[in-house]
Amino acid sequence: MSDALPAVHEQFQAPGQQLEADRLGLWVFLASEAMLFGAVFFALTVYHLIHPAAMHAATSRLDLVTGVIGTAVLLTSSTTMALAVKAAREGRRTEALIVLVGTVLLGLAFEAIKVHDWFDEYDQGLYPPMGPPFPLPQPAARLYFHLYFVSTGLHAVHLAVGILLVAGVAASLLSNRMKLPERTVTVEMVGLYWQFVDIVWIFLFPTLYLVSR
Amino acid sequence: MNPLLPQPRLALPQLSNYAAEYDWLFFAMSVFSVVFVTAIFIAILYFAIKYRAGSPADRTDRIRFRSRVILESSWSLIPFVLLLVFFVWAGKMYVAWSMPPKGALEIAVVGKQWMWKFQHPGGQREINTLHVPLGQPVKLVMTSQDVIHSLFVPALRIKMDAIPGRYTNLWFTAKETGKYHLHCAEYCGTDHSVMGGWLIVMTPADYQTWLAQAGTDLSLAGAGAALFRKYGCSGCHGANSTVHAPSLGGLFGTTVRTEDGREVLADEGYIRDCITVPGKNRVAGYPPIMPNFSGKISEGDLIKLIAYIRSLPPGARP
Amino acid sequence: MTAEAKKAPPKSYIEDGHTLRSWFFSTDHKGIAVLYLVSITLFFFVGGAAATLIRLELLSPNGFILSNDAYNRLFTIHGVIMVWFFLIPSIPNTFGNFLIPIMIGAKDLAFPKLNLASWWIFVFAGCFVIAALLIGGVDTGWTFYAPFSTMFSNGYVIPAVVGVFISGFSTILTGLNFIVTVHRLRAPGMTWFRLPLFVWSIYATSLVMVLATPVLATTLLLIFAERVFGLGFFDPQLGGDPVLYQHMFWFYSHPAVYIMVLPAFAVMSELMTAFSKKHIFGYKVIAFSSLAIAGLGFLVWGHHMFVAGESVYVGLVFSVLSFTIAVPSAIKVFNWTATMRKGYVSFDAPMLFALGFIGLFVIGGLTGLFVAATGLDVHLTRTYFVIAHFHFIMVGGTVSCYFGALHFWWPKMTGRMYPEMPGRIVALLIFFGFMLTFMPQFILGWLGMPRRYHLYPPEFQVLNVLSSAGASILAVAYTAPLFYLAWSLFYGKRAGLNPWGAAGLEWMIPSPPPRENFETVPVVTWEAYPYPLEPQPVAKEDGR
Repeated sequence: MSDALPAVHEQFQAPGQQLEADRLGLWVFLASEAMLFGAVFFALTVYHLIHPAAMHAATSRLDLVTGVIGTAVLLTSSTTMALAVKAAREGRRTEALIVLVGTVLLGLAFEAIKVHDWFDEYDQGLYPPMGPPFPLPQPAARLYFHLYFVSTGLHAVHLAVGILLVAGVAASLLSNRMKLPERTVTVEMVGLYWQFVDIVWIFLFPTLYLVSR
Repeated sequence: MNPLLPQPRLALPQLSNYAAEYDWLFFAMSVFSVVFVTAIFIAILYFAIKYRAGSPADRTDRIRFRSRVILESSWSLIPFVLLLVFFVWAGKMYVAWSMPPKGALEIAVVGKQWMWKFQHPGGQREINTLHVPLGQPVKLVMTSQDVIHSLFVPALRIKMDAIPGRYTNLWFTAKETGKYHLHCAEYCGTDHSVMGGWLIVMTPADYQTWLAQAGTDLSLAGAGAALFRKYGCSGCHGANSTVHAPSLGGLFGTTVRTEDGREVLADEGYIRDCITVPGKNRVAGYPPIMPNFSGKISEGDLIKLIAYIRSLPPGARP
Repeated sequence: MTAEAKKAPPKSYIEDGHTLRSWFFSTDHKGIAVLYLVSITLFFFVGGAAATLIRLELLSPNGFILSNDAYNRLFTIHGVIMVWFFLIPSIPNTFGNFLIPIMIGAKDLAFPKLNLASWWIFVFAGCFVIAALLIGGVDTGWTFYAPFSTMFSNGYVIPAVVGVFISGFSTILTGLNFIVTVHRLRAPGMTWFRLPLFVWSIYATSLVMVLATPVLATTLLLIFAERVFGLGFFDPQLGGDPVLYQHMFWFYSHPAVYIMVLPAFAVMSELMTAFSKKHIFGYKVIAFSSLAIAGLGFLVWGHHMFVAGESVYVGLVFSVLSFTIAVPSAIKVFNWTATMRKGYVSFDAPMLFALGFIGLFVIGGLTGLFVAATGLDVHLTRTYFVIAHFHFIMVGGTVSCYFGALHFWWPKMTGRMYPEMPGRIVALLIFFGFMLTFMPQFILGWLGMPRRYHLYPPEFQVLNVLSSAGASILAVAYTAPLFYLAWSLFYGKRAGLNPWGAAGLEWMIPSPPPRENFETVPVVTWEAYPYPLEPQPVAKEDGR
């Protein structure tokens, strides 16, 4: 995924072959990532089934408003990312640059909302190992919040990587190190990753905020 | 323990009908396996010798594609069907293993690093040894107070995990009196390999006698256990203590090395000294933090405490 | 390495550079394969040393060298190192790395830098595990079962967990690299059904690597968070379920068994054809059975928990699926055996390893049926029966094949022949030493000796002594190749292109292969294993 001109590496015979290899590699990677989050969903689902009452109590403590706003922000960023890929394909550099920066800002906005949520929850004692006393009587509600912090944390880390990647693409566009539409594939692949991280949230949001509410 | 009970043998006894049926299934699958292995070995040897590089054997292959397909399908399907027979047979036993009959004698089991605690319906407690009556279904209701353990009696061909936070069941009907190994089969830490003891199967009459005796037998140690908490001993010697105090499990009867290099037999007197004259035989490597209980504990209570410490098996943290 | 100039053609990958940099930072798949070979050999001997101490200690029912804690640490480190730092990378990362590009007619893997990164990640991960060992060890068993690992263990769980977690990235990246390479880098004419079965099987392995390993990553992440931050996930006091950990762990670890054994199948197909000089019997059946095993392998994890409070009906489903997975494995054995029929069978060391593999794998597989049978497993699980069963598969099977592969491709990798007679003797010693080590353990298991027991009832001593005697034979047999293979590097007979008269693209290029593998991209016009090899197919020049 280097930003250099499409020089064909020695192991490939044609640029097309290299392109397809890169693309397939990313898909395989995303399949692997899906299994990573799959395990988190598995644990969440099991505990939703074992402790429905505690999960209901715990879910109700989450701030649905910021949750919905965050989801909307992330969905918007998916759109801007898609627009960036389209602009890159058509070789419109300035437009691509604008929507890429937009994507970065939306991603940062989501992270900011999430961090705000975490501090808010910490102040309410909802981070069980530390801070104010945990407010809920059910022990299993702690399980829920443990999983909540790990799953949202894991997602936030993935999104942060996405933000860095998109920012990197934007920077190389800005400094003219990257030519469009020749390097469309780079934008496409970063876009694919971005969409994947969004889709994870699309599953995470209802699982954490809605299912047991 | 009754010294007249038979000693363990190398051959695995069949202590229950389940065990007897188990051995039949095991035997049947072993026969299947041996036949299978022999067939493969013979085929390999036959081909290896007949078609060795230097041999003049005829190499023209007359097997046609259709017969290959038939061959491949038959050697996939026939073993599979045979295996399904074993699956059903084993599955029936598994279902039986999981369903205790109604009216079984219920014994509570708690696994704990590193001992098994049993409590009979009449309140009789025992550690690492389980007495059960002959011919009566026994249901063990098991849990663990720390990590996962697994209660395993090879003579019965059964085991079941004791899992913290939930109850699991294991049942059996013993059909012969005797003394049989009882193990922890799920790795649980330092003394995992000595977490076990004996299953003792007695005639119902003997069992009743034992129950009556057990009540009195345990009273000293049992009362000692209460005192152990009352006097705060468990604060330092207990399992969850953060204080650096020696573990008392299995202490009784061992030789202790003291701070000043002597070796002392840990008998009643030693334990008594440790409680009333703590500095005398301080164990090597431990700080002098044991309080002096001289004059604070009555003789009667001391006897009970010693009985309790004596009852602790190796590795137990009271 | 001695310089050895071939006629005119390009320098071999060994001569490509003589600096440390040319070895440790080369992106050449062959050089990386050698790096893996050296590093996993080191791990093999660390894990083997632990095994030796374990078997030595078990000579006596009361133990005589080690404390309980030391013993527990030894079997844990033995498991962790052997599983994640030897078996999983063994065949794929050395021989897969070396051979896959050559076998499909490519110059390298699809992502050479990623490949080098995988090795560095692997070494980095290994440092954590070795550090855990050096600062005092881990006592959880390689399975890291909660709540023992999270709340009770006083060993160095975290460095070990971090090491295994990191090594997972190496596994995933390697699998990803192989998948993409097989899909995208095949030479002209190299269709899917012309691929050597080695490639098929490693491909199936890679699928499992990529899809199973991330689940382990999450599981270990939860263990890490629970132990370090006190975020209980499996803590029963919070209503957490320790058995959930086992489900997540085995969802990875059962497929991981196939990560370990599918590569052995890969090697088998090559050895059986090369030394029978005959086309493989049932090419497609073997190819698809590898994929079937990879797929079914994801559906059987619950058979590790028949006595762990799993519902009986769930147990029965997992049991029948586990029986099912025996079928594709059996098919492979039949096909390999049938491959010898009407062939020209020779008994060089690699073939002896292969035949030994069939014997040991069949026994391992059949005893697998005992533990897959619910009712039987209730008695056998967590005993030495299980230990013997999986050692038959993973050591008798995979390690035998690893040594078979090492001898078979040694001339290709180094350009030198290994000495034949020591090779054959080692192959026989491994087979018989192995049988002596692990057969008594089946009986021990049936008699009810639980695994992970430092001290055991005295009536089991005879069988344990037999097992340890076998282990001493194995120790010699596993160490010997180190010496004669090293010797052969300098004094071995030079190997030509194709010392075995075997088919396959790797035997059409010089030994050791040049940096670029092929001067020109080969065009493949023949099926895999075109035995007998007359007329020898010659790689045609690419028209472009």
